[in-house]
Amino acid sequence: MAQTPSIAEEKTSSAVSSSKSITLRIARFNPQKDSDTSFMEFKVPVEKWTTVLEAILDVKKHFDHSVAVRYSCRQATCGSCGMVINGKPRLACFTKISELNSDTVTVEPMHNFPIIRDLAVRFDRLFNSHHKVKPYLIRDDTDVSSDTKEILQSPEELEQFIQFSNCIKCGLCNSACPTMATDSSFVGPQALAQAYRYVADSRDKGKDNRLKIIDESHGIWRCHFAGSCSQVCPKGVDPAMGIQLLRGYMLGFRS
Amino acid sequence: MLRLPWYTEWLLCLVNKMRESHIMKIHYGTALAAIGLVAVHILMRLTQGFAESLEYESVIENYKFLPYAGLLEIILILLSIHGFNGLRVILLELKQGRIYEKAVSYGCVAAMIGLIAYGSRTIIMVNTGMI
Repeated sequence: MAQTPSIAEEKTSSAVSSSKSITLRIARFNPQKDSDTSFMEFKVPVEKWTTVLEAILDVKKHFDHSVAVRYSCRQATCGSCGMVINGKPRLACFTKISELNSDTVTVEPMHNFPIIRDLAVRFDRLFNSHHKVKPYLIRDDTDVSSDTKEILQSPEELEQFIQFSNCIKCGLCNSACPTMATDSSFVGPQALAQAYRYVADSRDKGKDNRLKIIDESHGIWRCHFAGSCSQVCPKGVDPAMGIQLLRGYMLGFRS
Repeated sequence: MLRLPWYTEWLLCLVNKMRESHIMKIHYGTALAAIGLVAVHILMRLTQGFAESLEYESVIENYKFLPYAGLLEIILILLSIHGFNGLRVILLELKQGRIYEKAVSYGCVAAMIGLIAYGSRTIIMVNTGMI
């Protein structure tokens, strides 16, 4: 009978033969103790397929288990492991070290988010803004009766918003947004893209309500179309375009 | 208690009630209109030499020509509205807070009215023979 290796015997990336090693610089900051962020450096063995998250977990396992990092699915689905990698907001599980083309990889917590510790940040503001734009279908006929089992939609109607449905709420767009950096009340590209997702949905009847919510002094008009939100989205969502299309509704170019 | 003129109170009340989209429509509209009118203004200036057009007598003559003085007045109003709203937006992004934001909004409206009044005063003084 084959013997299953115990957890202690389990091979990690540092145990297997590695052709290369890189220096992983991890930002360390504990708001309760530290006054400033410091960086700790670790030599980590990497393979062609090693992701930044795997490297961080390697550090946690073999060098310093106190490094704080949030992660879950490891397949760019949960949106938990967003961080700034070599200066750009990315998902750690979706970024291979080999594609960074650098012997030094610096990881920092996402910008524009309060830091809990090290690489873990608070998502309260993102979720509050997301909740504020009513990210659900608003209809009068909430109960599905036997004769209206489905609310049909044509492929063209679906095409209007489908890419915005891919948002995993990782917060990378908010981290990259220059307005978020200065305006603490700005609703943010994530919430605005979600507002567009529902406004453009032919099944939704809450357009006026939703447009009213984002039509305030720290709402949609504070976007300066830098476009960095769309640059960093790991799921191919284009929040900058969504915001411009939403403005089209407000300026009367779209109905 | 400080009592503001009725038109200022009316304007502040209007600004308070306006949605941001209305303000931004005015912002974009004033920019487009100003581009057109400033182009006309520059074309009219080209009929004279640059140094000549800035001479005291030329400026006074221009102000006395009412259609042109009207054009300058409209440009002043458009650019004041556009510029001070731009300043309001910048200041709102710089810092947040209820009192601060109200102060910025009212301050910008007051400054806009002040600038328009000062610019209009020059045109009125010239045309009423005070200069």
